[in-house]
Amino acid sequence: MASINIKLNDQKIAQLQAICKEFNNDKGELINVLHKAQHLFGYLPAEVQEVIAKELNTSVAHVYGVVSFYSFFTMTPKGEYPISICMGTACYVRGAEKVLDEFKRILKVKVGETTGDGKFSLSCLRCVGACGLAPVVMVGEKVYGRVAPDGVKDILDEYLKQ
Amino acid sequence: MEMINLTIDNKKIQVEKGTSLLDAAKTVGINIPTLCYLHLHDLDITNKPAGCRICVVEVKGRRNLAPACVTECTEGMEVNTHNIRVLNARKTVMELILSDHPTDCLVCAKSGNCELQSLAHELGIRKLHYQGEQSHYREDTSPAIIRDVDKCIMCRRCEMMCNDVQTVGVLSAVNRGFMSVVAPAFEMNLDHSVCTYCGQCVAVCPTGALTEVDHTNSVIRALADPSKTVIVQTAPAVRAALGEEFGMEPGTLVTGKLVAALRRLGFDYVFDTDFAADLTIMEEGTELLDRLNRHLSGDKDVKLPILTSCCPGWVNFFEHQFPEMRDIPSTARSPQQMFGSIAKTYFADKLGIKRENMVVVSIMPCLAKKYECARDEFKVDGNPDVDFAVSTRELANLIKQSNIDFNSLDDDDFDRPLGESTGAGVIFGVTGGVIEAATRTAYEVFTGKKLEKVEFQQLRGMEWVRSATVDFDGLPIKIGIAHGLGNARKLLEDVRDGKADFHAIEIMACPGGCIGGGGQPLHHGDSSILKARTAAIYREDESKVIRKSHENPFIIQLYEEFLGKPCSHKSHQLLHTHYFDKSKAVEIE
Amino acid sequence: MATFKMHLLVCGGTGCRASESENLFHNLRTGIIQKGLENDVQVLTTGCFGFCEKGPIVKVLPDNTFYTMVKPEDAGEIIEEHIIKGRKVQRLLYVNPLTSEKVEDSKHMGFYRKQLRIALRNCGFIDPENIDEYIARDGYAALGTCLTEMTPEQVIELMKKSGLRGRGGGGFPTGLKWEITRASKADQKYVVCNADEGDPGAFMDRSILEGDPHSVIEAMAICGYCIEATKGLVYIRAEYPLAIERLKIAIKQAREYGLLGKDILGTGFDFDIELRYGAGAFVCGEETALIHSMEGFRGEPTVKPPFPSVSGYNGKPTNVNNVETFANVPVIINRGAEWFASIGTEKSKGTKVFALAGKINNVGLIEVPMGITLREVIYEIGGGIKEGKKFKAVQTGGPSGGCLTEKHLDTPIDYDNLIAAGSMMGSGGMIVMDEDDCMVSIAKFYLDFTVEESCGKCAPCRIGNKRLNEILEKICKGEGSMEDIALLRNLSNVVKDTSLCGLGQTSPNPVLSTLDNFYDEYLAHVNERKCPSGQCKALLQYWIEPENCVGCTACARNCPVNAIAGERKGVHIIDQATCIKCGACMEKCKFNAVFIK
Repeated sequence: MASINIKLNDQKIAQLQAICKEFNNDKGELINVLHKAQHLFGYLPAEVQEVIAKELNTSVAHVYGVVSFYSFFTMTPKGEYPISICMGTACYVRGAEKVLDEFKRILKVKVGETTGDGKFSLSCLRCVGACGLAPVVMVGEKVYGRVAPDGVKDILDEYLKQ
Repeated sequence: MEMINLTIDNKKIQVEKGTSLLDAAKTVGINIPTLCYLHLHDLDITNKPAGCRICVVEVKGRRNLAPACVTECTEGMEVNTHNIRVLNARKTVMELILSDHPTDCLVCAKSGNCELQSLAHELGIRKLHYQGEQSHYREDTSPAIIRDVDKCIMCRRCEMMCNDVQTVGVLSAVNRGFMSVVAPAFEMNLDHSVCTYCGQCVAVCPTGALTEVDHTNSVIRALADPSKTVIVQTAPAVRAALGEEFGMEPGTLVTGKLVAALRRLGFDYVFDTDFAADLTIMEEGTELLDRLNRHLSGDKDVKLPILTSCCPGWVNFFEHQFPEMRDIPSTARSPQQMFGSIAKTYFADKLGIKRENMVVVSIMPCLAKKYECARDEFKVDGNPDVDFAVSTRELANLIKQSNIDFNSLDDDDFDRPLGESTGAGVIFGVTGGVIEAATRTAYEVFTGKKLEKVEFQQLRGMEWVRSATVDFDGLPIKIGIAHGLGNARKLLEDVRDGKADFHAIEIMACPGGCIGGGGQPLHHGDSSILKARTAAIYREDESKVIRKSHENPFIIQLYEEFLGKPCSHKSHQLLHTHYFDKSKAVEIE
Repeated sequence: MATFKMHLLVCGGTGCRASESENLFHNLRTGIIQKGLENDVQVLTTGCFGFCEKGPIVKVLPDNTFYTMVKPEDAGEIIEEHIIKGRKVQRLLYVNPLTSEKVEDSKHMGFYRKQLRIALRNCGFIDPENIDEYIARDGYAALGTCLTEMTPEQVIELMKKSGLRGRGGGGFPTGLKWEITRASKADQKYVVCNADEGDPGAFMDRSILEGDPHSVIEAMAICGYCIEATKGLVYIRAEYPLAIERLKIAIKQAREYGLLGKDILGTGFDFDIELRYGAGAFVCGEETALIHSMEGFRGEPTVKPPFPSVSGYNGKPTNVNNVETFANVPVIINRGAEWFASIGTEKSKGTKVFALAGKINNVGLIEVPMGITLREVIYEIGGGIKEGKKFKAVQTGGPSGGCLTEKHLDTPIDYDNLIAAGSMMGSGGMIVMDEDDCMVSIAKFYLDFTVEESCGKCAPCRIGNKRLNEILEKICKGEGSMEDIALLRNLSNVVKDTSLCGLGQTSPNPVLSTLDNFYDEYLAHVNERKCPSGQCKALLQYWIEPENCVGCTACARNCPVNAIAGERKGVHIIDQATCIKCGACMEKCKFNAVFIK
């Protein structure tokens, strides 16, 4: 289905259980637990949600209901270099959409998708707060400011070389 | 009690503090339309997420319209429920809901019984001004329930039932915004989830998003096959509700008409599940007394309390959620399955036909019965003991399809031998009934005395969890009763934690017992209907000459001719079962 | 700060860090050490200076020199020239865009002259990771005063007198909110700081948390004292890693100093703070949704009443204020209600922080007294419209707000005036638009956002916003009709009137305000099938001016869909039916023969 089939080994399950325990297996802490779990795995596959539901003594439907509500959580693994285009208003009025279109065109993926080789994934976010640099693109933690559509290729080349 | 004065549509009224505008309006004959709202008064079940916004009204001085279902009356409030602003808003919201809803009403399973459809009609919607993309989801067919969530309007009633009342936790609102919908985890199929098929989601769904798997055509085909002997059994709760589908008052008993209709449909034998209920009491009651006697003689390993096992939703529930306690429930099969088993052995032998040439159809108030009869352990060489479980609603449809004027039918009687039953068998249809029936028999067997009075009022009622102590001639027998799986969970946790000292516990998955089952005519939120059905069941019991299972002459005959004695080797083979650990059965596609 | 002769303040806000301000800081510090000046010159990372347009910023004290767009490699020159030789590095000084003059003292910069910094008082002045610097600027004095000299009632009375209203958008009087929560009896109460800033284009709260986290901590403790809560929770966006980090450091330091925890300042008052993380849901800015999110649920709002002040987090009375509101509290205690109430307009006291962005010269974070006009903000602080273009509109209040126009430029900014003008204060996003912006597209941009962020619980917001967006899309494509405009207006009103929470109740505002103020643009899209600003791609037409065309065939050869016909050396023509409006012809034409109509 939505997630890629993975099997969790005992070590990963133990790590997850440790995260849940850190929050006293309190289901009120579900969102904090999910943050940590996503940090650990990079995404939240179904198996991870199953384990969390069990540990927090809640239903997996509830966990999935929460995961699918918040845009920060994802069930698909991100690319090696996750690309985020700021779609805040400041960036929008300074042409972020054209920049996004260019990324889509070159990478041949839609927003929320990962390239076939797993190298890049494309997403939008709402205001990183660097409005002075609008339009802003983030690749991983690195911020690129004042990006123009014709600068997109250069940014990608930087990572293709690596 | 503090009283509040307000005006609604220029009518001055006084209500108790805490009353909602919706309830206040009702007292002066103003029926504000609702959609997501559901209130089962007698069961204290409420769903009011205030999400549909159909019940909005104008409150003077407020910037926005207020949802009547959750807005409390305050002193001096001036409310208008139908001015042009309100009507325009209400109709526009309705149009919006319809704009994201398939318009296949003509062929929808819910057509004619759909709250959305009726409301659209009442609001006079004739055109959808707002149209656009519709949200689409995968259709999901399980052994009992079909989810066509393109028709989901996010009323959240099913989610409330599944989580708050039943604590099964299969359904949750998922996704966000336009794509939000109620679904199982990962939007997987129900049969990959821990769904018990109790069908309470179906019972409250206002649209065609949740419906039962329809077996009426399979039944029609079986009836048309000359090589098959088709026999039918009908559960106790059906006779107390079927009349509603034909415009009768809730609580009308239609046992005789039901039999007549089934005969007209062409069933070769019309039998009664109540007979099998009596049989269940013989087996389960004996099991109870056996465990009790062992306990009294100091056996430390004996499992007490014994839990009833007639309810397939309940069986699914503990197999999924409490598998470690699966040695506590009685091993007795449910009446439906006992019936099928006896029909395809004892009765087939009597007729001299092979089981393959016999088709057993059951008419049930329940959707979990569809799943139950398809379980592998209830098949012999692939041939199921019960071939099709059909709901009360499906039967009504079958009767209508066959041009039978139900209301004008003359009463008819069940066939023998599997159609004869006692009052004890009838009360299986309501919460507390199974344990009352068991008590009637167990008391007499255990004490050797005759009961003066067969009614045990302390076991009756609608409270979620009840307990009572019955004096078995000096020995106090403690009995627990729960209906609704959430309450079953509480009771079960108490048992697990050693906090409960019951000897026997009855559990029914559905609120009110089988009369409130997922396959019954829809109550549309009117819980007085459930009360009326309950009263009808007790009336039927009172009208019976024999009211104790062990006195049923055909049960006695069955043991003499075929089974030997209760809990014999043969009855273990045919009438008992074992349970599975399904906690790990959840698969991810 | 007394022992140093000079201070180099390096902006460590997210914007400047994105432009390598960390490396710059590193280079400056190692440079100072290499020169043996570490006892005379202090290099500090501070919070946001607000002037994000020209980041990274380095400010030199005491002479107020304001260097802009400083690169890491400029560190050597600053030390060599400015610090050692006392000569300002001219090429890094801020240039006034109107006069082209270099500004030597930041006090003379238009950007700062009209500002009044209360909530941002410490941002850009102190090291946010050092509690001593906060204490040196009267930090935690207000908490001390409250705990030792005032009763909770007196503090609440003072807050009420000050006239402070919630800065998160609603504008509810803060003192009154505290009073109501105090009146709710319970064994446990909570103070919640709403730091789930989600407006696209707003970063006020983040800057405060990054630049002055202690002001929020101190205020939460004061609030806890007033409402009798011992626990505080900060609900913060997970997308704000720097703010989270600094908040964590600040909480730890406050605990070490006995300013959080048990028996604060020996008064017997207990109060501590925990963090809760948002996970990307704009609706969680709504307080009931925020509370559900903190409890581990989907962030769906519930009907009020009951208000959180009666039944909030875990069913307990909960006081929710946003970051900026809290940041004002300690100053009000220190300087008095009268002082604060003297700033602003009759019903809106104090200042407001705005994130000024869009087509404006000085993009950044500003704090202005209530009552200032939009004209002052845009032309004096903002330095006017970029590239000398014509001002068209300013959008305030984010997706909940509306667009204000030329005619509103002289309206004093306060809560009530903005609402009267069809917009709202909101949390403080202020986006300036120029003649190139299509207002129908802008309305659609906000609706795109709302459609994505609607929680889905109530029908009008879930489906209504989707339909609004679809109608706008139709209009932008030139497929709209006058009936669509009527439907748009009716639906906007119904969505506002019937939605469950503030998100749906305000989401049609961008549509209604553009309909009111830019009706002509809608008409042009519908009747003439034209986008006056040339933004709606579907309505553009590329034409070739015969007089300029020399027949070089470059356009025809580069057209991906062969929509251009013409002989070599003959005039070329674009077939409008085939053209996909990619713009390749225009790009390739060397003779300016291709134009848009």
